[in-house]
Amino acid sequence: MAKSENELTWKDLEIGCIVEAPGSARRYESGTWRSQRPTYDFTKCIKCGLCALYCPEGCIEQNKDGYFEADMYYCKGCGICARECWPRVITMVEEVE
Amino acid sequence: MVTRVGVEVSIALADAVKLANPDVIAAYPITPQTHIVEHLAELVANGELDAEYIPVESEHSAMSACLGSAAAGARTFTATASQGLALMNEVVYVAPPMRLPIVMAVANRSLSAPLSIWPDHSDMMSVRDTGWIQIIVENGQQAVDNTIIAFRIAEDAKVLLPVMVHLDGFTLTHVIEPIIFPTQEAVDKYLPKNRFPLPLNPDRPVAMGEFAPPFIFTETKWAQEVALNNSKKVILKAWDEFAKAFGRKYLPVEKYHSEGAKVLILTMGSSGETASVAIDELRKEGMDVGQIRLRLWRPFPFKELREAVKDADVLIVMDRAISFGGPGGPLASEVKAAFYNQAKRPKVVNFVISLGGRDTTVSGFKEIVNKGVDIAAKGSKNEYEIYGVKE
Repeated sequence: MAKSENELTWKDLEIGCIVEAPGSARRYESGTWRSQRPTYDFTKCIKCGLCALYCPEGCIEQNKDGYFEADMYYCKGCGICARECWPRVITMVEEVE
Repeated sequence: MVTRVGVEVSIALADAVKLANPDVIAAYPITPQTHIVEHLAELVANGELDAEYIPVESEHSAMSACLGSAAAGARTFTATASQGLALMNEVVYVAPPMRLPIVMAVANRSLSAPLSIWPDHSDMMSVRDTGWIQIIVENGQQAVDNTIIAFRIAEDAKVLLPVMVHLDGFTLTHVIEPIIFPTQEAVDKYLPKNRFPLPLNPDRPVAMGEFAPPFIFTETKWAQEVALNNSKKVILKAWDEFAKAFGRKYLPVEKYHSEGAKVLILTMGSSGETASVAIDELRKEGMDVGQIRLRLWRPFPFKELREAVKDADVLIVMDRAISFGGPGGPLASEVKAAFYNQAKRPKVVNFVISLGGRDTTVSGFKEIVNKGVDIAAKGSKNEYEIYGVKE
């Protein structure tokens, strides 16, 4: 895309607001919606991956050590991962700035 | 030679759809619209119309199927009324911003409760702000003509918007009228093939109806507004060329003895013809009164309306719906807004009439005109008058 999101005008829109190239949602930073963030105590993690299965954003992946971790660019801070994580690895904390 | 055929208006409208040669019809029956889609189903079943007829399970599904069909580049028709339109409402909003050229006939009927199958404009007003082009007709011939015209407007590359054709339930849908049917050849000439610019195509996939975050949503709505307002030029041209081809002329605001008249009555829909008879009688009795009829509800014809009332001192506006707790009738509310910033403007008196199928007769319209003139002179503590309510 030549223009940045904020430079787009109504004249730049395609007819019916169609999107011609796939993957545009990937650019959208839904992480800005967050008011809480997940924190991890990986010493308890059994790498079951339930958090990743339940994450509605699909933004949890294994890190280089094999632990499951959310991508903060997309994580909305909904807390479902913390709720579902039965070994209690994940704790939600207030997002301060 | 022109032949008039005596036929029920619903059947005639369905035959007009057939003349437009649609690809897909998705609809659910509802009184007083049923005969339209019933006849179309019959035409398809008999092999007289080569179209896909989708008998869906609700109006919500009907419009949803229409979205998909129009997006695939198919010429698409549906029809509904009242509760059906209400159930469909969510999807009705989706078609205009996606620029899908669907044509829908609405057999205007009141909304429940209490239950009424009879005509008024409460269903029509419930979709006022959906962004559809909305034409309202006064008789069977206009319904036939404007159904064909609607496809041409909707599918025009400069428009690409859905069009509703409103016709009053029963008063129009269930009466037999003399109709002139255009020939298939003439319709084919008037109505070019649908060339939807970006039909759903696996070889060139696109995403339609995507999520628009706050940084772009306002722009999408403005693009929609500009598109609807720009459609007016095409509507006028479509009406103009229809007149050249078929000899019947439509205008956003149509006039009846209105030039120079000091008192005007504004009507919308089938009651306009009864009002015309009242105007004839009043003029014969020496009253300086004329009539204007709104044919185009959206985009609202501000310019034509202002021009049509430029000589009038009093404008009496007929509404067939109530905006509860509000300014009265939705039509009068628009009309007042159209004049508020004008240096010269008529006094606007609003009557709500003919709710849920109650007839307003010729003598009723005469009474309304006289009462309206009186209210314009003396004023009233009411925002609007409701005509004929039993005290």
